[in-house]
Amino acid sequence: MSSSASAAPASPSEIAASLAKAGVHDHHPALQHHFDTLAQQKESATLGMWMFLVTEVLFFGGLFATYVIYRLRFPGVFAEASHKLNVIAGGFNTAVLICSSLTMALAIRSAQVDRRKAIVFWLILTVFLGSTFLGVKAYEYHHKYVEHLWPFTGDFDRGEFTPGHGRAAQIFFSLYFVMTGIHALHMVIGIGLLIWLMFPSWRGRFDSTYHNPLEMTGLYWHFVDIVWIFLFPLLYLLGAHAR
Amino acid sequence: MPEHVSSVKSYVGIFLALLVLTGITVWVAELDLGAANDVVALVIAVTKGTLVVLFFMHVKYSTRLTKLTVIGAFLWLILLIGITLSDYASRGASDRVRGAPPEQPMQPIAGEIGDPGVR
Repeated sequence: MSSSASAAPASPSEIAASLAKAGVHDHHPALQHHFDTLAQQKESATLGMWMFLVTEVLFFGGLFATYVIYRLRFPGVFAEASHKLNVIAGGFNTAVLICSSLTMALAIRSAQVDRRKAIVFWLILTVFLGSTFLGVKAYEYHHKYVEHLWPFTGDFDRGEFTPGHGRAAQIFFSLYFVMTGIHALHMVIGIGLLIWLMFPSWRGRFDSTYHNPLEMTGLYWHFVDIVWIFLFPLLYLLGAHAR
Repeated sequence: MPEHVSSVKSYVGIFLALLVLTGITVWVAELDLGAANDVVALVIAVTKGTLVVLFFMHVKYSTRLTKLTVIGAFLWLILLIGITLSDYASRGASDRVRGAPPEQPMQPIAGEIGDPGVR
């Protein structure tokens, strides 16, 4: 097979075919030697990624357990404190993240149907949506700073909460900042991964026969979305019907 | 390698379902249903999470081993939260069983359940 001419770089399957023809290393170029088939390699990658996500479930789970315990002890104050959060911003961010999961799924699907440029297009959109989420969070954090509801330097006894309940309100806000902060850190890492993936995607490394890095990053991204799906009602919507 | 390729329409369908469920969550939160508020919010959140896991993360089309791993994650989470809560819920229980005179109850911290000042 001639290696001249075509503007788009050769896809993995083209490379495999030409190598097989040359009698050299007659397997798919992405197939690692310790696997028998691409399917086995993909299954292994998927399991490995899910094992990591299991640890992440327990990592966030510890924070959620803390939230449950303090929420059960201070239901009224938690509702008051939750009322201080911007439900519009939180709801908008929820929609943005759900949309980013859609664009991520479509990026992987583009690889499945051999549409190289579409992969990059959807990855760019996903990064844009993720960045929008972070921008809104920065706005929210700044607002809380200005309102003196900030960890360590905040003032929770200024009369915004039922008198004497400042300590419990401070606990709520500590949980809010730690949980959404660590979630935001996961988003930053995810965005970094997605930008990194744009380069091999553009160069045609992923196609219908092989796209594991895309799929595994997708699993990570969807997981971070699921964490937010739980964070939003538990942090933002407690005080919705209060007073 | 025969891999399941979902249609764009199915992805958009799941996306719209997730948006609708989010809207319902916000709407229900505005109503005062007492304890049911939490239950509804959690049921909806679990539904949304399940949709993402099954369809966006392709678990519906994954091997049984993968599905088992996913179920395992949530089983461990339930253990973590459940057993921790059972500890808190049973504090003081051994005193009651032994027939020991009830301790002077700890004064509730302001805002805690038991604080007469809380609504």
